[in-house]
Amino acid sequence: MTDNKVIIVGGGHNGLVCAAYLAKAGRKVTVLEAADQVGGAAVTREFAPGYQVSACAHLLFMLDKNISSGLGLEKHGLKLAAADMETVSLSQTGEHLFLSGHEARGGDLSAADVARLKQFNARMIKFADVLRKVYKGRPPRLVSHWQELKALAKLGLAVRGMGREDMREFLRIAGINIYDVLQEQFDSEMLKGALAWDAVLGGHLGPRSNNSVLNYLHRLTGDVDGKRGAMASVRGGMGGVTAALAKAAEAAGAEIRTSALVSRIIVENGIATGVELDRGEKLIASTVVSNADPRTTFMHLVGLKHLEAGVALQVRNIRSRGSVAKLHLALDSLPRFAGLDEKALGGRLLISPSLVELEQAFDFSKYGEISESPMMEITLPTVHDDSLAPGGKHVLSALVQYAPYKLKQGWESGRAELLQRAMAVLERYAPGIGGTVLHSEVLSPADIEREFRIAGGHWHHGEFALDQFMMTRPIHGSAQYATPLPGLFLCGAGAHPGGGVMGSAGRNAANEIIARGDGA
Amino acid sequence: MKYDAIVIGAGHNGLANAAFLAKAGMKVLVLERNPWIGGAAVSRELHEGWIYSNCSYVCSLLRPEIYRNLNLAKHGLQVVPYGGGATFLSNGDILGNYVDHDVKRREIARHNKRDADAYHRFSRDVTRQCRLIRDFLLRTPPDPTSFRPRDISELMYMLKKFLNLGEKTMYETIRFYSMSVAEYLDEYFESDMIKAHFSGSGIIGTALGVYSPGTAYVLLHHYMGDIDGSAGAWGFARGGMGSVSKALAGAFQEHGGEIRTSAGVEQIIVRNGKARGVALENGDEIYADVVVSNLDPKRTFLKLFDEKDLDPRVAEKARNFKIRGSSGKLNIALDGVPEWPALGENNPLRFGDMHFVDSLERLERAYDDWKNGMWSRDPYVDLLIPSLTDPTMAPPGKHFMSVFVQYVPPKVKGKDWTDEDRDAFGKVVIDQISRHSPNFKDLILHAEVRTPRELEAEVGLTEGNIFQGELTMDQLMFNRPFPGYAQYRGPVKGMYMCGSGTHPGGGVMAAPGANAAREILADMKRTNVVPETELDD
Repeated sequence: MTDNKVIIVGGGHNGLVCAAYLAKAGRKVTVLEAADQVGGAAVTREFAPGYQVSACAHLLFMLDKNISSGLGLEKHGLKLAAADMETVSLSQTGEHLFLSGHEARGGDLSAADVARLKQFNARMIKFADVLRKVYKGRPPRLVSHWQELKALAKLGLAVRGMGREDMREFLRIAGINIYDVLQEQFDSEMLKGALAWDAVLGGHLGPRSNNSVLNYLHRLTGDVDGKRGAMASVRGGMGGVTAALAKAAEAAGAEIRTSALVSRIIVENGIATGVELDRGEKLIASTVVSNADPRTTFMHLVGLKHLEAGVALQVRNIRSRGSVAKLHLALDSLPRFAGLDEKALGGRLLISPSLVELEQAFDFSKYGEISESPMMEITLPTVHDDSLAPGGKHVLSALVQYAPYKLKQGWESGRAELLQRAMAVLERYAPGIGGTVLHSEVLSPADIEREFRIAGGHWHHGEFALDQFMMTRPIHGSAQYATPLPGLFLCGAGAHPGGGVMGSAGRNAANEIIARGDGA
Repeated sequence: MKYDAIVIGAGHNGLANAAFLAKAGMKVLVLERNPWIGGAAVSRELHEGWIYSNCSYVCSLLRPEIYRNLNLAKHGLQVVPYGGGATFLSNGDILGNYVDHDVKRREIARHNKRDADAYHRFSRDVTRQCRLIRDFLLRTPPDPTSFRPRDISELMYMLKKFLNLGEKTMYETIRFYSMSVAEYLDEYFESDMIKAHFSGSGIIGTALGVYSPGTAYVLLHHYMGDIDGSAGAWGFARGGMGSVSKALAGAFQEHGGEIRTSAGVEQIIVRNGKARGVALENGDEIYADVVVSNLDPKRTFLKLFDEKDLDPRVAEKARNFKIRGSSGKLNIALDGVPEWPALGENNPLRFGDMHFVDSLERLERAYDDWKNGMWSRDPYVDLLIPSLTDPTMAPPGKHFMSVFVQYVPPKVKGKDWTDEDRDAFGKVVIDQISRHSPNFKDLILHAEVRTPRELEAEVGLTEGNIFQGELTMDQLMFNRPFPGYAQYRGPVKGMYMCGSGTHPGGGVMAAPGANAAREILADMKRTNVVPETELDD
């Protein structure tokens, strides 16, 4: 047995951020990662001989800049291959829509749309700023303790501070769906389809589902070099972020062990006292921090029998069914989209041509079926980064929606069907692309669950929705990072403020542990 | 001739509003476009000898405080509670919806033992939410952006009620308001059929599916009523829903009120930024200090106002107001009692509401049809035979059947409804019922099929939306109908709103009418006569 102070279960980006901050504060930290490399869902993997790809998340747009500068990630090797990528919403006829910051051109845009988009973005960013404020720390509890009341008052003031009209609009739309909001604002079907994509990406929701505005605002809390809503591609893939985080954590004194699969969190007398590895090794610690998703943490690592019945019920009810699949293609040459030059291929390519088509794609997932015409977000990272594929060859990485975790036919046969449907869609936009495919890989939510150990294969470790937001994320009673089990904390995307490669959950959890004097 | 107040529209809210104003001593005129009063709370003889509640058809939400205060019993309103009901399952069995909690629990246990236990938790939690919301029904929502003492004190009142729930229930409440009815039920029940049974209330009148977040609240909206202190109970107004309107009109007239039918209002007259009266369709002008609209927000602002009199921002809000047609109705005269083989003869459940949907997927697919601009091919229906309880509705031995249908689109594939569409839609519903009642088709003497087109043309509800606007978070409480105008006051001085498009929303509740009256009386510096919430249980 080894005596540790803090053990972090899982070396995903939040676990590493948490480790780095705790180590900087003088805690003795050990990170245990089951895979042979750190990174969790922010990793770069070889999916075919010589071809590397960001295996899960593929763009960087939410990393908290206080974290990246605070931990010196650039110094530790984080390098962007492309910053401020343009979004290209693809059209089959070659009349693509281009979005960059507040600017839009092409497609079926009307002059009014162009002007309104600027106002719309400015307002949404203002709304997202409220979220940004509450993302900086732990969410308040609804009890009349001065500390909590102060935090609640701060939130109230942030909303009030927007001014009367904006406050009213915020209170009106924050809980509803992006479909209604976009229908009020814009004419262009392509623009509405493209904007709605950002509101539904990663979740089990369509543009007409409430919570889609919340998801849109969540995404807008991010920035790249201060530019809100911008997106970047990381050199070497998303593994570049976590590699830098690991270096930063180690530089601060944290120990990282890979290929160390935690089989359970040891609970003695109702207190988390350490972990047991799958080879039987036991590590004791005064504080255990789980970067695993809440369901995995409570149901598999702790065991529901160690939880009060009410808490166990809440855990069972956490909604975390993934709806996104990942498609990786090794290509012999760059695909040809009518009317797109090579430079544009370095952007983020969307296949989400209208609200109706996006919604119809979603309908299938409600019944456990794969969308007939899946919607996609495509990147070709090799346009900016030749380190990922052999010379002259390319990699295509796409997020494919919708692919429900609970597929009626099962994912064994589903994977091939998804590939076939996705290729059929791609072929419509980039004729001939099928002939250039050298290798392909599909990661269904079931694969993501297995390979990245995320229950339900949900990227955000739990649906991002108002019923699983702030003080109810992942469940009330565990929303302030401390859990009902003394000695156990959460630090992953399942905790506030949620998913996306932002690192805030890890940092907030570290701050909470430090403030409580735990792990010392 | 000048009045103290004119109320446009003799729907139940308009009449309730007028009754309270008259009771406070104001001289009030109610103007109704149709030759009859009642709006969507009407009893009409559309087939000789039969009385149809041809729009709203059951009573539960009508606030008991209003019933007592206006002495509606004296004016002939009698609500007869009905019990039970059944959900017919595809396998030939039923799920009986018994009134008695324990009997219902045993019935659920027959299908799924664990769900019978969950039913305890479910009823307890939903009742808790009902109690919370009922405290807000007869109150004006505070404007959260305002610093006026009254808004702050109302906000404090709400906050206090909320805080009284205790920490755990507060979180549960937040979740409840934001969840879909299906996901909410997932937290309690295992059986898909039982979830489907409970989720119907989450979609009635609503252009949302069982999986759409926000529908858990709609469920509450149908659970929060009570009859004679029996929370959640539903009943028939004796003589049809028109009796509600008639009783309200009686109370109004008792206090000296005047009702003019066949008097459609063309426009609200605005001078110097103040409402002065109304111009009728026949060209007459009638003046008053106060003009109250019982029409839905779209009609009120986009039709009753001259564009130049209205702040364009308000017109914009009215255009964006969500009032989606999603329901239809069949009113059927029957030659006898339909047989329900799954129920058996003389089963008391036949007095209640019947449903034919037994899986969430079927319900959600019904919604998908609506999204695609079609009526549901396998609709959700809420079927009742009021004449079994109230024999005054049909000749002896004959019966009246009311079939509420969800979902029916406001337009068919983007085009206006035709008579052929209407008949095809009616056939789908009749076929669905026939599958569970072999003699039903032969008993039909007359059937009135109502789509959103008929509802709009006759009652004046835009798109036929039964709640005068969707009950989604952006249109509830201080957002109803629009942010900044949720306290019944319109955008010009002297103009008010009192319909279901205002807080607390649709259903034959009369609360919006009463709340609007309280605000008007305050503005006119008159003594309040409108009751506050007083709960029996």
